[in-house]
Amino acid sequence: MEGSLLEPTLYVIKGMVILDNDGHRVLAKYYDKNIFPTAKEQKAFEKNLFNKTHRSNAEIIMLDGLTCVYYSNVDLFFYVMGSSHENELILMTALNCLYDSVSNILRKNVEKRTLFENLDIVMLAMDEICDGGIIMEADFKAVLQRVALRTDDIPLGEQTVAQVLQSAKEQLKWSLLK
Amino acid sequence: MAFKRDKKEEEDGGGNPFENIEKTSVLQEARAFNDTSVNPRKCTHILTKVLYLLNQGEQLGTTEATEVFFAMTKLFQSKDVVLRRMVYLGIRELSSIAEDVIIVTSSLTKDMTGNEALYRAAAIRALCSITDVTMLQAIERYMKQAIVDKNPAVSSAALVSSLHLARSAGELVKRWVNEAQEAFSSDNVMVQYHALGLMYHIRKTDRLAVIKLVTKLTKQSLKSPFAVCLLIRIACRLLEDEDGAPGADSTLLSFIESCLRHKTELVIYEAAHAMVNLRRTTAKELAPAVSVLQLFCSTSKPPLRFAAVRTLNQVAMSHPSAVTACNLDLENLITDSNRSIATLAITTLLKTGAESSVDRLMKQIASFVSEISDEFKIVVVQAIRALCTKFPRKHSVLMNFLSAMLRDEGGLDYKASIADTIITIIESNPEAKETGLAHLCEFIEDCEHTSLAVRILHLLGREGPKTKQPSRYIRFIYNRVILENAAVRGAAVAAMAQFGAQCPDLHENVQVLLARCQMDSDDEVRDRATYYYTILALKNRSLYNSYITESLQVSIPALERSLHQYTLNATETPFDMKSVPLAAVEPLVSEIVAQKAVPEGTIMSTPAPQRLGVSKEESALELVSSIPEIAALLPQLGPIFRSSEPVELTESETEYVVRCIKHCFARHLLLQFDVLNTLSDQLLENVRVSLEPAEGYRILREVPIPRLPYSESCSAFCLLEFPQDDLSASTGTFGATLAYMVKDCDPATGLPDSDEGYDDTYMVEDVEVTLADQVQRVWKGNWAAAWEEAANLCELEDTYALTSMRTLQEATTNIVQFLGLQPADRSERVPDGKSNHTLYLAGIFRGGHDVLVRAKLALADGVTMQLTVRASTPDVAELVTSAVG
Repeated sequence: MEGSLLEPTLYVIKGMVILDNDGHRVLAKYYDKNIFPTAKEQKAFEKNLFNKTHRSNAEIIMLDGLTCVYYSNVDLFFYVMGSSHENELILMTALNCLYDSVSNILRKNVEKRTLFENLDIVMLAMDEICDGGIIMEADFKAVLQRVALRTDDIPLGEQTVAQVLQSAKEQLKWSLLK
Repeated sequence: MAFKRDKKEEEDGGGNPFENIEKTSVLQEARAFNDTSVNPRKCTHILTKVLYLLNQGEQLGTTEATEVFFAMTKLFQSKDVVLRRMVYLGIRELSSIAEDVIIVTSSLTKDMTGNEALYRAAAIRALCSITDVTMLQAIERYMKQAIVDKNPAVSSAALVSSLHLARSAGELVKRWVNEAQEAFSSDNVMVQYHALGLMYHIRKTDRLAVIKLVTKLTKQSLKSPFAVCLLIRIACRLLEDEDGAPGADSTLLSFIESCLRHKTELVIYEAAHAMVNLRRTTAKELAPAVSVLQLFCSTSKPPLRFAAVRTLNQVAMSHPSAVTACNLDLENLITDSNRSIATLAITTLLKTGAESSVDRLMKQIASFVSEISDEFKIVVVQAIRALCTKFPRKHSVLMNFLSAMLRDEGGLDYKASIADTIITIIESNPEAKETGLAHLCEFIEDCEHTSLAVRILHLLGREGPKTKQPSRYIRFIYNRVILENAAVRGAAVAAMAQFGAQCPDLHENVQVLLARCQMDSDDEVRDRATYYYTILALKNRSLYNSYITESLQVSIPALERSLHQYTLNATETPFDMKSVPLAAVEPLVSEIVAQKAVPEGTIMSTPAPQRLGVSKEESALELVSSIPEIAALLPQLGPIFRSSEPVELTESETEYVVRCIKHCFARHLLLQFDVLNTLSDQLLENVRVSLEPAEGYRILREVPIPRLPYSESCSAFCLLEFPQDDLSASTGTFGATLAYMVKDCDPATGLPDSDEGYDDTYMVEDVEVTLADQVQRVWKGNWAAAWEEAANLCELEDTYALTSMRTLQEATTNIVQFLGLQPADRSERVPDGKSNHTLYLAGIFRGGHDVLVRAKLALADGVTMQLTVRASTPDVAELVTSAVG
């Protein structure tokens, strides 16, 4: 039979990727040395993956022997990959955790610009969700707690002029939109 | 003003502040880490840049990485949480590139035992990534403490890191099993999951311990759904093992079944998936699994629908009847917005569908096929192909459907897969041949893919002349000569020549058309036309056979090499075609497709690798030429005529595994013995296989393996000469013994304990040299013509009763395998329900003797066979007939 039984192992995730709306890599992690060993192969795969997924929001695709679950928002695409026989719902749980964590870190502004402003925290979050292919944590609240998200606002004195302008503009935009 | 600048910024880089950073400047900036007072915000930013660069695939040199690494260690003095966390992350990223990373061990050990929980987990993970086996012992105590820590983050980090370490330091990690057990009873779901993973990993080689673990755990209810999934997988592994788990089987099965009623979908699906994939599951046990999958088919979550339909697809392969209950749900999924789901639903339906529902399904597919992308169309086409072999009587409906698809828009891969399917149908179903060819003819009228048009023209040339009305195809083919590019015109000319050669009443007309083609603007087309025109003008049937109907039988790369060699040494002797190795016969398209094991629903961005143009013989030649003792003899041996498939001379689990490959030359036989040493405490030297050759054989040369360490596979060789005068003695059995000198050695290092060794032998199975080893398969496009032509050769006839055979198909397959000849005219497949059958075989015996065999089979009590052999020398004919008896 084609679908062999799954190896009882904790190593279930083959990769986690965030791409922007041009298909460029924002962050990417691959956990299996046997698939896409070089950056060149990884990027080729990402390009292909993006081409196949950016138009329809179908949430799941099988590509090159990998099951990829994905989710997109504004100009960001979140992917979690596993072997083609992997339980899709486990991958989905990891994806949800990734998305919810990022969304909370960015305070619901899931956009490329805000993501880059908080790139350090997002890196830590990805690292807390998956370690070398093992799901470390699937509950986004626990992830947020572990990445030491700065809950307090940055004191005004430490902000640059641009940051102040930016936040003022955001506030204005929101008040206009209401 | 601000707005303007913002706009500009958005245009270039879309707000990516990391867009234009360069490695050199970032490395420069990283020197700021060394400042006496650390600015956390600035340093975090720089460190983020470094990690971002690494993540983008930028390569750091060892010195660069080491420099950054050491600068980074200065940041341990900072109290900023984010910065410190980034440092841990940086240590892990750089640990594989930088040198002397163990320098941070003490800092990390301090952090992992400190008070700040946020540091401790990260420090453990970082520490485990830089440490090695020798260092690990020093921190073992801390690891054990961390595993049972109250803080779930710390405990999880320690468990997961232990699992990573188990790859290199398995023995040490095994000692932590008690701690893992304690962690397993934690309240935290993830800790429970990780602890179970570690416990299983430590015990997985000990079957009894695993059974004990699983039976214990199945009784308590685990909190973590992940842990339950893992437990299901372990249970499946136990059930699937050959010796089974006596007594525990029913417990395990009922556990998996009970998981079908778990409260989370994750576990329910895992259990259903497990039930479906267990080999032992019966149709009755499958029912509850199928019904939960059926429920999943109508959920709102695409991944769950996908998972369900994919699993149902697997069920459909083994138990089609079990899925029929879900047909209604599956039909609803055909219109699913996720095309992967829709396609899988279609293919599942096609598998479960009865012959009567084919028409209805095809209509449904027709309405849907225009909306999906090429990749999915290909999947649908493949499903239709499977359907054709299942219901040969439905070929007209399916063929019409395929030809409609051919006329639609689509890329080359898609069109090629349709054409392949039609070709498969034509090959497997004689009734469908004429309609299939007609569809293909229409298709090439309007086909923009040169490669596909050429293939179809070639097929028309091969199959067209054998149809009832060959003349109708000429018009289609000649149209190509007028309208197409040079490659297609060339193929059309070749196809026409086939008609000229095989249909006497079309000969005149074809000659006229070929004469016109001689005016073509392209050299190749003109050359072909002239070539065929001249041969056809001679009206000699045997010339037709050798130069038009049959393709070149030698391997093209080998021919090129031989010709090159020939031009290098200026000799007077003409080039001998027989010295060129023959090309291996390509398996049929349908067989190639069957071999591909790509799960359905997958899209492959790169098509499966094409078979390389190198035959077994050529790769063998390369190997043999690398052995100096044999390479020296090669000029007098000539090319390798045939290399056999490897034959196992031992069981696969014995101390030494020996495989034999027989390379046959014109007058010599080279035996290659691949020996694998599976004993870690032995080093073998001077390993050879001593043979007791059959009568008439002479051993010319033996090449032993000088040194064979543990787990390595090397080859020993033995060169023999075939019996010179008596051909019938060339088949026989050689007794074989593996002879070697043993030196005991240390399993860890592989170094021998002493220089003293002792001689030993090991019995292996006999090596058999059969007729099949000495013939090469040759594909005859027109077997009947070749047979007629061979009428003046030696002919021998004999009748045999094959009592052990039950069916004609079984007999046919056995004869083909036994004689090692190539079946022609698809005669290796016996149509169902016939009581007699004729098998046509062709090949070449070593030394370049043609062999043709006709076997008439009749089914009575067992199978009776009348075998007629035509060969260029009487010896060969006799050998073939005697081999069967």
